[in-house]
Amino acid sequence: MIDFAFMSDTLLKLLGALPTTLTLFFSSLALGLLLALVVVAMRVSRWPLLSYPARFYIMLFRGTPLLIQMFLIYYGLGQFPAVRHSVLWVVLKSPYGCAVISLALCTAGYTAEIIRGGLQSVPRGQIEAGQAVGMSRWTLLWRVIGPITLRQALPAYSTEAVLLVKSTALASLVTVWDVTGVAQQIIQRTYRTMEVFICAALIYLVLNFLVVRAVAWVEHRLSPHLRERPLGAPGKPTPETAPHS
Amino acid sequence: MAQKFGSLGSWMVAAAMLACAPLAQAKDWTTVNIATEGSYEPWNLTLPGGKISGFEPELIQTLCERMKLTCNLVVQNWDGMIASLNAGKFDMLMDAIVVTEDRKKVIAFSVPYARTPASFVALDANLLPGKPGPANEITLGMDEQQVSTAIAPLREALKGKTIGIASGTIYTPFIDDHFKDVATIREYNASADTILDLQAGRIDVAFDDVTFLDSLKAKPDGQNLAYTGPQIGGPIWGDGEALAFRQTDGDLKAMFDAALKQALADGTVKKLSEKWFKLDLTPKS
Repeated sequence: MIDFAFMSDTLLKLLGALPTTLTLFFSSLALGLLLALVVVAMRVSRWPLLSYPARFYIMLFRGTPLLIQMFLIYYGLGQFPAVRHSVLWVVLKSPYGCAVISLALCTAGYTAEIIRGGLQSVPRGQIEAGQAVGMSRWTLLWRVIGPITLRQALPAYSTEAVLLVKSTALASLVTVWDVTGVAQQIIQRTYRTMEVFICAALIYLVLNFLVVRAVAWVEHRLSPHLRERPLGAPGKPTPETAPHS
Repeated sequence: MAQKFGSLGSWMVAAAMLACAPLAQAKDWTTVNIATEGSYEPWNLTLPGGKISGFEPELIQTLCERMKLTCNLVVQNWDGMIASLNAGKFDMLMDAIVVTEDRKKVIAFSVPYARTPASFVALDANLLPGKPGPANEITLGMDEQQVSTAIAPLREALKGKTIGIASGTIYTPFIDDHFKDVATIREYNASADTILDLQAGRIDVAFDDVTFLDSLKAKPDGQNLAYTGPQIGGPIWGDGEALAFRQTDGDLKAMFDAALKQALADGTVKKLSEKWFKLDLTPKS
């Protein structure tokens, strides 16, 4: 039997933890993206001194479980007095700071590879075309390589964002009580597993639906050339309107 | 491909057999499966060879011998243990489970076989007033007035401090109710994590069961831990630790109740308690 009063009470309690989940997600997404840009810039560099540390970084953070990374960053680093007396401790002392850092470090590894995939799919001809019209390196990056990379990387990046939303569920390990953590607390007090986890799953489902829709909207905006033009919209100059020679 | 389907099929048969197993043996008790954590020293622990040992495994062995039952210990994590019991994965639980009103709503308990005090622990023994350790135990009852008078000096000393506590224990609501307005409370998934963070200096003080803390303090990594303030015991922690059963298995509970009463009366439980805890934890009164 489904107890609707209990379900709605649980849902309200879980929604109380939603801001924690959301801020964890947005701050680690932003920080992770910035870090990924640095990593990918190093990764595609011609100099081994830059590209090998980036390769190592990607291998390290994609190759180990996030749970272990978070545990080591929070409980592991805190065991060393040298870390506790350094400036890093200002951030590492707070559970929230550690959760954001571990999530960002991990997602940066994946995001860097996604961006690299997008970069490599930029057609050589388009870069040459840009160079042919005399674009500077920065203009080329800003007007040609950047937009195409972004558009190519977006579908894979939306998956990474969805995975990141779900990864925030690990934050209760370091005493940050997000939606999943609060769900576990409620279960420990009421011993009712099914109802509580169903409510939590619903919240994540809605959240991820919104994330996917948001990325799809950006993707739509970035690919006007792939859509049919609406009737009556100003189009390419037709032979009739073109001046006769 | 065919092989893959074959193994999937056998898995499904095995799963179906597992699901039916408790039904098949529910009536006549000759074999009982008992879940334990196997990692809550010295209550239950896993020896290097994989054998389960500790206070509880030795106690259950004597109980089962008295009743001529075959008892199998099954290792299972504490979270999800109660749900798995009710789902029929095993027949009873023995994992230092404290009897509480909330738990009584979902499972049945035997008579308690132990009752333990709790204490604050810190890196500095002088953090809280009063002599620390077993010599200075205060007994708290259910009377709100008596409790708040007794802990007033502790509240004073903990003003502005951060207290670490494991989530979902009987101590969690006590700390929450009495210290939330003066101190920061931080909840952990596991007692061991609380102690790690105490040693890292992120929290000032932790609160837990003395049997658990004693076992930590005996290890090389726990040398810097110190009890601070009085030990707190008494009815505030409920009736004590007991065996847990499904509410429908009244017959099994009655069998173990009789055996436990006998073992408490003839001193077996006291002897085992002193062997494993160096303390007599048998419930008084």
